[in-house]
Amino acid sequence: MYTAADLRKGLKVQIDGAPFIVIDFEFSKPGKGQALYRCKMRNMISGNQLVQTYRSNDKFEKPELEERKMQYLYCQDDEYHFMDNQNFEQIVIDKEHLGDNVNYMIDNMEMEVLFFQDRPIDVSMPMFVNLLVIRADPWAKGDTSGSDSKPVTVETGYVLQVPPFVEENDRIQIDTRTGAYVTRVKE
Amino acid sequence: MLDVQGLRLRAAFFHSLRSFFITRQFLEVDTPIRQPLLLPEANIQPLTSEDAFLQASPELCMKRLLALGCDRIFQICNCFRKGERGRLHLEEFTMLEWYRAGADYEDLMDDCEQLLGFLLVELGGMAGCGALRKGSRDGLRPYGCDQIIAMQPPWDRLSVEAAFARFSPVSLEQALASGSFDELLVQYVEPSLGLERPLFLHDYPVALGSLARRKDGAPHLVERFELYINGMELANGFSELTDVDEQRQRFAEELRLMEEGGRKPLPMPERFLEDLAHLQQAAGIALGVDRLLMLLMGRRCIDEVVSFAPDDLA
Repeated sequence: MYTAADLRKGLKVQIDGAPFIVIDFEFSKPGKGQALYRCKMRNMISGNQLVQTYRSNDKFEKPELEERKMQYLYCQDDEYHFMDNQNFEQIVIDKEHLGDNVNYMIDNMEMEVLFFQDRPIDVSMPMFVNLLVIRADPWAKGDTSGSDSKPVTVETGYVLQVPPFVEENDRIQIDTRTGAYVTRVKE
Repeated sequence: MLDVQGLRLRAAFFHSLRSFFITRQFLEVDTPIRQPLLLPEANIQPLTSEDAFLQASPELCMKRLLALGCDRIFQICNCFRKGERGRLHLEEFTMLEWYRAGADYEDLMDDCEQLLGFLLVELGGMAGCGALRKGSRDGLRPYGCDQIIAMQPPWDRLSVEAAFARFSPVSLEQALASGSFDELLVQYVEPSLGLERPLFLHDYPVALGSLARRKDGAPHLVERFELYINGMELANGFSELTDVDEQRQRFAEELRLMEEGGRKPLPMPERFLEDLAHLQQAAGIALGVDRLLMLLMGRRCIDEVVSFAPDDLA
């Protein structure tokens, strides 16, 4: 059990049977009044946000969360298949739950899968991934449009803006938190 | 954590606080920080030191000195409150308290106006006092605030009842009946207070001022006020309750609430009550020194205006 005094940014608690993560937190205490813990939380399954004020004697259950290292195998009909390399158990997560992560997932990639009561609810990606550019328009010499970036497509189908010198078959590093180009990677 | 320039400013600030009171014939006192008992307050959790408590406020000792015959005293000291940690809270923080015999809470409001005016003149030209309009006592611009807060007295005064009527979705009476006074105060009332000029929120319900005197003609209220600047609570003052029997009853109620909350029972502070019998009319106030420095320096967080915040020590 947690009490309100344990609340802080990043803490995961269970409310009405659902796992929530604290995304913003403020302690306040009016003079002679009681301690109040004002929290903004996100439901880790639905993504819905909740703002709530708690008192110090309020209690929270710890959610049954478990992180397991798994390998992404393949995708079929918007269903993403993963395998636990320890016991070879396979699971399926649908596209909706993966959100923007699908932009960076390539076959056989290893990632952490988060389970709530044995149900997969989220994956955590490495902060940076290296992906192959499969389509890039050549840079037209003498282009006077003044633009300093151009769109390319990477092997996952994701399209992003990169500097003009990036070409097809280059490998580029992408920041998975922002989806932005970081650098060209030498093979 | 403060840099060298900040430490100089904090030192000058403390010096100015002392000059203000010393030139007004206040006696500076220092009382024990570690004490065998506390004034019962249901909403303050003490930190302990061996078999004693670290003070949550110097109030107990300072009122006993007042009863001894001092008529104007002040103290700047460290106070401790367990579990109070946030943008505006440190478990160990610095308090300024001053007490005046023969005075009431309105005299303390006048003191506050004069003290802040004095500090603006004293510190206005100093490096690091970014929130002050240089060399003038016109105003103050706290962190994250677009406009200048006018500092010339008289400041605004608003009763707790009127503040709830104006800013809260429910009246003071309803807030008290539903037990949500604190939540509504924090969410709706406080953020609206002291935005154009400092504001005294005054006349609290009796249950919210266990050491304050009842108001003449309105015995359901006590003569207590809080000073707000830019939505931040800065000081709490009141006309002291000097009726020993009533004080004993109020303490008994606080002790009952503490026991209800599952806390270890505390003894009744008998020596304090004995001394209280010798006290005539008086008024006293506690001001959060670190928060005031936040305003003067235009800082967002209390950690930024002390020499070491908890994160700087670990």
